[in-house]
Amino acid sequence: MLYREAGQFKESYAADSAIFPILQDRIGVALIVLVAFVVIPLVATPYLFSAILIPCLILALAALGLNLLTGYAGQLSLGAAAFMAVGAFMSYNFALRVPHIPLLLAFVGGGLSAAAVGIVFGLPSLRIRGFYLAVATLAAQFFIIWCLTKVGWFTDNNPSGVITAQAIVIAGHRFESPQEKYLLVLSIVAVMALAAKNLVRGNVGRQWMAIRDMDVAAEVIGIRPMRTKLLAFAISSFYCGVAGALFAYAYLGTVEPEAYSLDLSFRILFMIIIGGTGTVMGAFLGSAFIVVLPIALSTFVEFLDDTLHLGVPSSVSSNLELMVFGALIIFFLIVEPHGLARIWQITKEKLRLWPFPH
Amino acid sequence: MKWFMRALVGIVLAAAASVATAQGEQYIPLLSYRVGPYAAGGSGYFGGAIDYFTLVNMNGGINGVKILWEECETEYNAARGVECYERLKTRHGGASTVEPLSTGIAYGLFERVAKDKIPMTTNGYGLAIAADGRVFPWVFPLGTTYWDQAAAMVAYLGQKAGGEAKLKGKKIAYLYHDSAYGKEPIPVLDALAARDGFTLIKIPITPPGNTQESQWLQVRQQNPDYAILWGFGVMNPVAIKTAAKLGYPRDRILGVWWAGSEEDVIPAGAAAKGYVTAAFSAAGTNFPVMQEIQKKVYGAGKGNLEDKSRVGSIYHTRGVTYGIMIVEAIRQAQAHFGKGKVMTPEQVRWGLEHIDLSEARLKALGAAGLFPPVKTSCADHEGSGMVKFQQWDGKEFKSLTPFISGDRAFVHQMVVQGADKYAAEKKITPRDCSKEM
Repeated sequence: MLYREAGQFKESYAADSAIFPILQDRIGVALIVLVAFVVIPLVATPYLFSAILIPCLILALAALGLNLLTGYAGQLSLGAAAFMAVGAFMSYNFALRVPHIPLLLAFVGGGLSAAAVGIVFGLPSLRIRGFYLAVATLAAQFFIIWCLTKVGWFTDNNPSGVITAQAIVIAGHRFESPQEKYLLVLSIVAVMALAAKNLVRGNVGRQWMAIRDMDVAAEVIGIRPMRTKLLAFAISSFYCGVAGALFAYAYLGTVEPEAYSLDLSFRILFMIIIGGTGTVMGAFLGSAFIVVLPIALSTFVEFLDDTLHLGVPSSVSSNLELMVFGALIIFFLIVEPHGLARIWQITKEKLRLWPFPH
Repeated sequence: MKWFMRALVGIVLAAAASVATAQGEQYIPLLSYRVGPYAAGGSGYFGGAIDYFTLVNMNGGINGVKILWEECETEYNAARGVECYERLKTRHGGASTVEPLSTGIAYGLFERVAKDKIPMTTNGYGLAIAADGRVFPWVFPLGTTYWDQAAAMVAYLGQKAGGEAKLKGKKIAYLYHDSAYGKEPIPVLDALAARDGFTLIKIPITPPGNTQESQWLQVRQQNPDYAILWGFGVMNPVAIKTAAKLGYPRDRILGVWWAGSEEDVIPAGAAAKGYVTAAFSAAGTNFPVMQEIQKKVYGAGKGNLEDKSRVGSIYHTRGVTYGIMIVEAIRQAQAHFGKGKVMTPEQVRWGLEHIDLSEARLKALGAAGLFPPVKTSCADHEGSGMVKFQQWDGKEFKSLTPFISGDRAFVHQMVVQGADKYAAEKKITPRDCSKEM
């Protein structure tokens, strides 16, 4: 009843191909933006900012990057965390070695470096696909982490092989409190998500999807596979690179290359699988699921334990949490193999007919 | 609905009660890990710490102040660890100190603890240069750092060769976990190699190190006099087994302390016999404090380890060591700021800078020989730098040496250099320790 586009007529092509063609969606998005930018900063606690919202947003950005590559262009990649590492370590080096460089520009530099590395490791995609490509990108994961550990230049010859991110100063303002960092991360993520949404709706996105669905057919209708695939690798790696830089600068502070391990790559891959491949929203939902759910579970177990005085040993509660988490993943994948974004889509369709489904 | 309201009221009351008991207790959050690949170490270490805290509480607390702790599962994952820290730090009136027992998490907390003004200990791991309290007022690598351990290893090998001067011309292989962790001691080893005239053959092992044939073949070919093994996790038993297979004598392998627990040698079976490792705490239950834990804590069924045979294992005594140091720091702080009061994080930090665990004091605590005397100061957040060497006889670790140290002055000058560079890069003005009391 509420969610029905009946009566909303499009009078121009522009209106018809708008990013959110339905009025209710526009209101919804405006509300989400309002809540994220105004309400949350006013009400959230520092814990919420620095332990949940910031990592959630940063990983959503990385998942979005991987989703462009895997979900839209169909190129399976296991190197997302490695490209994040490139972004982080190169941003650090840009900020360190280029005098007076604005930090945002250093992030862009980090992102572009990641894109360049992404193109190199995307080259095998021209010949191989599927699982074999996943293994080839696995090489990126190992090579990049090895390289960052091996070559002292990347860490400014730090004896421990770690980098300590410089303070975030943009236009003379120092982003120090969790709130400010959250707003910075949110702004970057919002802009990049908007860009991604438009990218996938446009020519580039359609080419990616054509390649994903059948690359021979795409080639026949005039899409150049090399350019399209490498562009997907470049843009995806750029997103991951910026996410990696934010991970170091706005979240962890001091990082070692090991922070961007294969484990993180897998987590990002799980995010898009659970969130929904080939959707922008899926990246956010998946990131929320993977980041927040374990924390929520552990808080819940702790709460039960405290209030009911069960005296659960911490080893049991830790294992319990993993078991429930695993079970929930399986549950969601069985109930909806297309991810949380698909559940949302189904909900929307049901809402259209509600309350008279016939 | 009635039952629901009743349950709700019950929960709220219970929650209120659990908060109420928190008054007047010294709160320490424990970022523990009991699942995942490092669970054996995490459960042993934090189990040891909790056992000691329980013992202190059973004996009346620290001048009457009970210790309160809360655990949070980090899975040894940096992001989870940061979340745990943020979750626990404000509870029960604020955390007084934190110990993540993970390099990755410690890095993530480095700036947070300085901003939140909560002292962090990184016992036996982390940045070696953090021992310089002028630049790192909030970080305490209590006991020994990797750099001092590396120097002590060279000193021990020198002893074996009959004096450090005799190391000249010898060959020492350095097999390391190819990560920040394994690279940390290289500057010290390089400097000592240049000074003492031994050749250092650096052989990286890519983590996790499931196959090491090529590396040990290299060792076999070069046939170094000793091989230092700077490994972690599954890498250690694999290294020992591979060395045995290729015929490199195990008693010439010298493991880092993270390669020196029962969990590292038992999987290697008979191959591990004769293998030597460093340690920052001794193992066993012969110490009075360990006996007390066994009798009082485990006797009352309040022990933290489910497997009682692990009491007195290396990781367990490391946890007890940590517990003793923290409790002593709080006791020192109380002596200065007021006995029987709950110390603020800043006061605990002061206490951590004034730990004075002399031989006599350790004896009084029933921990003589468990770990070396520790005396910290404003400039020296390490306080000891001494390492013990132990040998696996197939059943248990036998002590080979008392606690010995390497060339501490040499390492100290490198620490100061590194810390100064860090301070310059981060634009930190080092504290003037002559003005601190």
